[in-house]
Amino acid sequence: MASPGLLERPPLPSVAAVGVRPTPRRARAAGRALRRLLLRSTAIALFLLLWQIAPSLGWVDRALIPPLGEVLTAWRELAGNGQLWSNTSASLQRALTGFVLAVGLAVPIGLLVAWYRPVRDFLEPLLEVFRNTAALALLPVFTVLLGIGETSKIAIVVYACFFPVLLNTVSGVGSVDHLLVKSARSLGFGELRVFQKVVLPAAVPSIFTGIRMAGASSILVLIAAEMVGARAGLGYLVTYAQMNFLIPEMYAGILTISAIGLLFNAVLVSLERRASRWRADLSH
Amino acid sequence: MSAGIRLEGVGKEFPSRGGAAPFAALAGVDLDVAAGEFVALVGPSGCGKSTLLDLVGGFTRPTSGSITVGGRPITGPGLDRGLVFQQYALLPWRTALANVELGLEATRLPRRQRRAVAREYLELVGLTGAEDRYPHQLSGGMRQRVAIARSLAFDPEVLLMDEPFAALDAQTRETLQGELLRIWDRTGKTVVFITHGIDEAVLLGQRVAVMTARPGRITAVLDVPLPMHRRQGDVRSDPEFARLRHQVWELLQEEAPPVAADAPAERPAEPLREVVGVG
Repeated sequence: MASPGLLERPPLPSVAAVGVRPTPRRARAAGRALRRLLLRSTAIALFLLLWQIAPSLGWVDRALIPPLGEVLTAWRELAGNGQLWSNTSASLQRALTGFVLAVGLAVPIGLLVAWYRPVRDFLEPLLEVFRNTAALALLPVFTVLLGIGETSKIAIVVYACFFPVLLNTVSGVGSVDHLLVKSARSLGFGELRVFQKVVLPAAVPSIFTGIRMAGASSILVLIAAEMVGARAGLGYLVTYAQMNFLIPEMYAGILTISAIGLLFNAVLVSLERRASRWRADLSH
Repeated sequence: MSAGIRLEGVGKEFPSRGGAAPFAALAGVDLDVAAGEFVALVGPSGCGKSTLLDLVGGFTRPTSGSITVGGRPITGPGLDRGLVFQQYALLPWRTALANVELGLEATRLPRRQRRAVAREYLELVGLTGAEDRYPHQLSGGMRQRVAIARSLAFDPEVLLMDEPFAALDAQTRETLQGELLRIWDRTGKTVVFITHGIDEAVLLGQRVAVMTARPGRITAVLDVPLPMHRRQGDVRSDPEFARLRHQVWELLQEEAPPVAADAPAERPAEPLREVVGVG
C-alpha cells in the first residue's frame, strides 16, 4: 500500500521529496488567481466607464458629476502646476509622521501592558473607552489644545493610529498558546527570554494587523482634519475646490486620496503577510 | 548521561472554591525510577498523571513529600529534564531545525555547534531532509519526532513524556513507539512515559506504574520482563504481553470500575488525518 503513512516508518529516505509540491497544483492556483484578478478589475472598469458615460449622456448633471475624462484632465493640470504634489506631500508627511509615532509608542506600551497581567486588567477598560471614542470627535479638543497647525493634525493621527496597534498588540500577546510558553519555561528560560523567543514572535501577526488598521485610519482622520482647518493637504485641496466650484479638481483630489489609501494599504497588507507567513491558514 | 528520579510521599492539593476542603489531586505517591530505566505510568484520565508530570517538570511544588532528580531536589524547570507534550509545542514560526535549536539556546553552546547538534538529533529521529520545513508542513508524527529531538538535543538526564502519541493515528503511533524504544536504547536516557493506553504502557515500559484517581496514587508497579527484541516485532500476539496487559487491565478495573471501563487500551484509530497532512 503506497499510503503516505509509510513515511512514518524508519528509515526515512524520502522525507525531502514530500516537500516538493506538484506543479499542476501551482499552475492551477495561478490560473485561478488570474481569473479572480480579471473578475475584480472588471468591476472597477465598469464603474469608471459608467462615470464617463452617465454625465456625457445626461443621466446625471455634469456640472455636479463631470465625466471621468474631465476629472483626469483636471488631475493632469494639477499635477503639472505642482499643486497636486505640494498638497500630497503635505498630507503624506503628516500621515506618516503620526503613523510612525503611534506605532513606535503603541507596540512597546502594548507589550508591557499585555505581559503584566495586573497592568492589563487595570488599563484595558480605559483603553476600550478611548478606542471607542471616535478620533474625529476629539478634533476640537486637539485644536483647542494645540492650535490648527501641524502639531494638532499629527496629534490626531497619532491618536487614531495608537489604539488599533495597542489593542492588537495586547490581544496578540494575550492569545499566545500557553503550551508554547510552558514548553519554553521547561527549557529553563527566564521571563525575558520566554518573552523574546516565544511571546513576541507569536504576537507579530496580530501586531501587524493592528498596524494595517492604523494605516487606514491615519489617512481617513487626516483628510477630515485637513478639511476642517488647513492651508495645505489633500483634504484642504478637496474642500478648497468645492468652495470655489472647481468640481473636476475636487474629484481629482478625491481620486488621489483613494489612490494613496489603496497604495498604503497594499504595502501594509504585504508586510502583514510576510510577518504571518508561518501561519498555516494563511500560507495555503 | 542519565539520572534516577525519586518520589517520596508526594501529595498535591488544589484549593477548591467556596471554602470546601482542598481537592487532593495526588496523595502519597512513591516511585523510584532508576537511572536509564523506562517507566510507563498508566491511568485513566483525571487520575493526576499530568499533575505528577508538572511536579517533576518543576512547574508546581508538591504540597507534601519530596521529589529528587539525580539526588537533587527540584526547584524549578531545568535542562536536566526534557519534556515532550501531546500537542508537540513546536514554535510554528521556526523550522524543524530551529525548533530543535531552541533548547540548545538555553545552553552556552556557540551557534555553529548548536546547528550541528540539532542536525544530529533530527537524524536520530529520522528527519534528515526535513530540517527547513515548518511545523505546519509536517504530519503529526513528524512533528512529534521534532519535539522528541528538541527534548533530547540539550542532553537532559531524564525524558518526561506526557501522552506524546495520544493525538496520532494508530499506524503512526505504532511506528513511533518502536522508534522511541530504539532511541531510548541508543541514548540510555531515563524515561517516564505517561499514557492512558494499557497496551502502550506494557509495550514500552520496563516497569508499569498503575495510577488510580481520587486521590491520584500509584496502586501497583509491575515488572515487564519482555526483552527489546521481543518488543520490536508483533509483540501484541506474544502470550506474555497478553498476560501482562490483562493484569494491568484488572488492576485498573478493580480500583475504579466506571473510569477504567471507558478507558480502552488503545484509542480507536482516528481517521488518517495526520497522514493526509504529510503533503
